[in-house]
Amino acid sequence: MTHHPHKDDAAAKLGMWLFLFTELLLFGGLFLLYAVYLKRYPHEFAVAGRQLDWTMGTANTVILLTSSLCAAMALTALQLGEARRAVALLGGTLLCAGGFMVIKYIEWSTKIGHGIYPGSPHLKSGAPGESIFFSLYFMTTGIHGLHVLIGGALLAVIGQKVRSGVVSADNYILLENGALYWHLVDLIWIFIFPLYYLIL
Amino acid sequence: MTDNTQPAVSSFWNDTGKSGIASWVFSTDHKRIGLLYFYATFGFFLVGVLLGLLLRLELMAPGRTLMGAEAYNALFTVHGVVMIFLFIIPGFQGSFGNLVMPIQIGARDVAFPRLNLLSWWLYIAGAVIILTSLFTGGGPPDTGWTFYVPFSARTGTNVSLAVFGVFIVGFSSILTGLNFVTTIHRMRAEGMTWGRLPLFVWSLYATAWVQILATPILAITLVLVMAERMLGTGLFDSGSGGDPLMYQHLFWIYSHPAVYIMILPGMGVVSDIIPVFSRKPIFGYKFIAFSSLAIAAFGSLVWGHHMFTSGMSDTAIWVFSFLTFIVAIPSAIKVFNWVSTLYKGSISLEAPMLFSLSFILLFSIGGLSGLILGAAATDIHVHDTHFVVGHFHYVIFGGAGFAFFAAMHFWLPKFFGRRYAEKPALVAWALMFTGFNILYFTMQVLGMKGMPRRYYDYLPEFASLNLVATVGSWILVAGLIVMLVNLFRGLMWGVPFEGNPWGGATLEWSTPTPPPTENFIDEPIVTHGPYDFSGIEP
Repeated sequence: MTHHPHKDDAAAKLGMWLFLFTELLLFGGLFLLYAVYLKRYPHEFAVAGRQLDWTMGTANTVILLTSSLCAAMALTALQLGEARRAVALLGGTLLCAGGFMVIKYIEWSTKIGHGIYPGSPHLKSGAPGESIFFSLYFMTTGIHGLHVLIGGALLAVIGQKVRSGVVSADNYILLENGALYWHLVDLIWIFIFPLYYLIL
Repeated sequence: MTDNTQPAVSSFWNDTGKSGIASWVFSTDHKRIGLLYFYATFGFFLVGVLLGLLLRLELMAPGRTLMGAEAYNALFTVHGVVMIFLFIIPGFQGSFGNLVMPIQIGARDVAFPRLNLLSWWLYIAGAVIILTSLFTGGGPPDTGWTFYVPFSARTGTNVSLAVFGVFIVGFSSILTGLNFVTTIHRMRAEGMTWGRLPLFVWSLYATAWVQILATPILAITLVLVMAERMLGTGLFDSGSGGDPLMYQHLFWIYSHPAVYIMILPGMGVVSDIIPVFSRKPIFGYKFIAFSSLAIAAFGSLVWGHHMFTSGMSDTAIWVFSFLTFIVAIPSAIKVFNWVSTLYKGSISLEAPMLFSLSFILLFSIGGLSGLILGAAATDIHVHDTHFVVGHFHYVIFGGAGFAFFAAMHFWLPKFFGRRYAEKPALVAWALMFTGFNILYFTMQVLGMKGMPRRYYDYLPEFASLNLVATVGSWILVAGLIVMLVNLFRGLMWGVPFEGNPWGGATLEWSTPTPPPTENFIDEPIVTHGPYDFSGIEP
């Protein structure tokens, strides 16, 4: 290949921000449905929403905020040339991601154990608004959980690259973009948490 | 590819020293990716044409002619899915956007060449999944390309897989969009100010924004359809408390702006071709550029006009109808500026110009019939009739399709280094233009008379006009065949295409033909606008 190496960090960041927009819009569709159905079934949404465990939701919020803090600190550490500290902090982010998924698993399995899952006979026999609430809950938190896994995998790969020196103090755009993605995952949860656990 | 098919000069065909399939399907060169897109999307166009031809054959006479109701339902669904998701949405950006845009802004490549290649692979993967859905499971989907619930949630045909394929193609579209926006922001050559961008680039820029902002909504909607089928979420099922109307809203929030993904690049092509063949700078450069953005912006707010008969409130109908009329303004601005460019120009009617001029006429007819559909009172009369079918074929085939053909005649010789014969190109254009109008104008008349769409059968009083329309489809396809044979022969074995025979002033005409992999021998410094023809002789 005769391609000249072309490096443009501003372009890489612009591309990442555009991608984050698309992610917001993806979840926007789900939030739109939430808004419409909340207006239609305010009572059923309240009944269903109180069945969610707000302590677990709060725990997960704290965990995700901590994970984002670690990611941001990892970037600063790398920019200051402390690659080992950056790797350790990324490890912290991944640990939080794992903790988040474990709590999510407990929440989901408890709900499923009580016969609450999309299309379940229990929900079908109840009020329609409640089954809509739980369908939205499982779809939204499911797709969000998928993003947690993708973001975690992404940061794990980037952490490897920091260790091997490919991503370094002079060349940190990959980590910056990875952290941006992780903040987005966090940000979306910041909207999911009050909508499903708190306001109802 | 043997040696005598390519000119001996060094170009992106041979200057990397690599040939063979792998050097193409794993190439990050925007020109090779552009041609890959062109082969794939145009191949699907031909598949779609064949399916359309079969639909017209079935409608040639009342009653069962070729196939029954189920086969007809599957056929028009697949025709729509192939034409929309596999040809016209990825086609323009993927092929001509990739081939021409980086050169037009004086760049070596797009901002993210590897992402560009990934986009093509995702497109191919999505296409393969869609094709697989036709031959496995419950057979090809029969829902129409819109996948409307509740039918799409219940039909036994292979909707889930097809929808998943469209999801993947959508991902490819998003990545192309963000790649192009970043490229146009970051990769312009020295002196290539926003006011000197060719109008094709402006239109791609507006299109890319629509791709970025609208496609995610389609993605989540399709995921929800899959969830509806596989998990029984019931979000769109009125029996479970959901609302099918919400599906239509979410679907059209994407799919109406998607119409502008299809037509905007075509408008850009025409804006680039008309000045070249009129030997005059474009009239109203800024208005054409900003009307692209205006179309992209207002076009995102009009989706409800697809749902006038779906049970929305009267207020919603009134607002959506009003906004729909507003989109007509930037569209009309473009048409008036093209016509003003022609005024007192030194017009030469070569193939790209003829296709561009017919674009203006056919797009205008399609646009005006769109106003009939945009007004709720008249829409309810012609809703779901062949009038609608005629309308969107005028806009998408007569508009975007003819602009695609114009682009093929205008730019492909540049990249192949050989040119087609002019006379057969004119014959092809005349046949296609005639056949097109016989086919689709008749459809509009049929719709006015009340013939519904999406039925394999119809009342006997529609028989003669349907026969006329079917004959029109044969003339159209005959022209298409002439065009294909002529282009293929010309690009493979035609006389060499050198220099700047049409006298274009945009940057792609200042590079060697075909361009080298790096596009430019010296990095270009832009000192004049894209339609400043002083000193350039055809």
